[in-house]
Amino acid sequence: MSELFSNIDWYDIWIATLDTLLMLGGSLFFTVLLGLPLGILLFLTGPKQMFQRNGLYAVLSLIVNALRSLPFIILLIVMIPFTKLITGTSLGVAGAIPPLVVGATPFFARLVETALREVDRGIIEATQAMGATTQQIITRALLPEARPGIIAAVTVIAITLVSYTAMAGVVGGGGLGDLAIRYGYQRFQTDVMVVTVVLLLILVQILQSIGDRLVVHYSRK
Amino acid sequence: MIEFQQVSKAYEVAGRDIPALHATDLSIEAGQIYGIIGHSGAGKSTLLRLINRLEEPSSGSILVNGEDVTALDAPGLRRFRRRVGMIFQHFNLLSSATVADNVAMPLRLAAELDRKQINERVKSLLARVGLSEHANKYPAQLSGGQKQRVGIARALATEPTILLCDEATSALDPHTTRQVLQLLAEINQELKLTIVLITHEMDVIRRVCDQVAVMDGGHIVEQGKVTDVFLHPQHPTTRSFVFDDESDDAQAVDFAHVPGRILRLTFLGEATFAPLLGQVARATGVDYSILAGRIDRIRDLPCGQLTLALIGGDVDAAMEQLAKADVHVEVLRG
Repeated sequence: MSELFSNIDWYDIWIATLDTLLMLGGSLFFTVLLGLPLGILLFLTGPKQMFQRNGLYAVLSLIVNALRSLPFIILLIVMIPFTKLITGTSLGVAGAIPPLVVGATPFFARLVETALREVDRGIIEATQAMGATTQQIITRALLPEARPGIIAAVTVIAITLVSYTAMAGVVGGGGLGDLAIRYGYQRFQTDVMVVTVVLLLILVQILQSIGDRLVVHYSRK
Repeated sequence: MIEFQQVSKAYEVAGRDIPALHATDLSIEAGQIYGIIGHSGAGKSTLLRLINRLEEPSSGSILVNGEDVTALDAPGLRRFRRRVGMIFQHFNLLSSATVADNVAMPLRLAAELDRKQINERVKSLLARVGLSEHANKYPAQLSGGQKQRVGIARALATEPTILLCDEATSALDPHTTRQVLQLLAEINQELKLTIVLITHEMDVIRRVCDQVAVMDGGHIVEQGKVTDVFLHPQHPTTRSFVFDDESDDAQAVDFAHVPGRILRLTFLGEATFAPLLGQVARATGVDYSILAGRIDRIRDLPCGQLTLALIGGDVDAAMEQLAKADVHVEVLRG
């Protein structure tokens, strides 16, 4: 065993795992914080919805699509000056979070928009008929009814962020993916590659099963 | 009292106005159960939704207890909507909330009562609709009839004076439909609630309504007391509703080969049970044969309609005696 994993420095692996978890946690937090309102706005201003605003929806849609079509690796590099501006560095975990958030937020907003569209229009109508304000319709009817869909969206975006963090190594972001590329791929240390990939696999599995469980827990249909 | 004054509604589709409701006058008295019947696309759903402004009218005004609803601003409209309950064909309950939370929802939105008062109100509402033991279940665990009872309890939570029913029984089986209609009739009596319901089933109108309006192509084509409209339908659409509902369609059967004078008699109330035909036959010497008939109830009022052929004796005297006995006589063939 020890010969098989002779190249492995378990301390490096531990630090890389922590970095990955930090990048994931930080970027997931800000992605949800920004993406949820953006998704709600996309939904409300969309075609045939409560606040249909064709112009605003078109502009928002265009921005979201443009950011989603940009390869993440390009985004990472383009973002460097902006990242320095808000975090003071473009390196490490702090340097990786802004591009991760900008890369994931448009995708998450689209998923939220889709989840909200799944809510039965009749429920919105019934809530309107009760004399609810728009804010009440959103917080008391739309979001609770869309909760399973939104949890599924968070799960998808968390796993997407795990794969994005692997690219953060390009700008010195650190993490498991970075380790896999630098040691496993560039230095032909296959054992490092295997260990990091297995750890990423386990992380994705855990995220998916937590997400699935929460969806089942909150689904009353 | 709900009053439509020249109210119309058109939807804009691809730059063109498609009329859903032509300029309509309508008045619904307080405390009544007012039925609106029509095929899909007749405009009845639009008409119902105009009352609580889920649809904005294109022209005209709607007065509820003298107040012009079409002139309300957003906060005024929200306050008004709390006085108007609504139930739906597909119930429209929150699937993520329990039965008790669904019923409490309008009260929490209004934020006029504290938690304890809300709990008490919810408890008594659930008891009224017979769902006390289901308070902590989710809608998906209930049958269709139970879901509609939750809908009714929710609609009554803010103690409205008007209840709008949008095809409230169309998704239910006949037995459950009768139970839900019974419940609506009871709360109409207990709470002196005005109920406006739309349906495509004549049976719903016959069972609970006082007044009915028949809609076709965005117009009200006939309206009046249910007994009048049901027993003496004038407009072709009304006739199709009334006779579709009957298995023995007196209009469709050809009596050409039957001799004698053919009459249609309409009995209403106690006259339905009187041994009238035998008495008249003996007194005037006519013979009669029954060609078609139905005995029914409109709400609690018994009614009957018989198509007869009278032969021999003094037919004119027989008709006179029948008319004297509060029977409506129509000559179908002289």
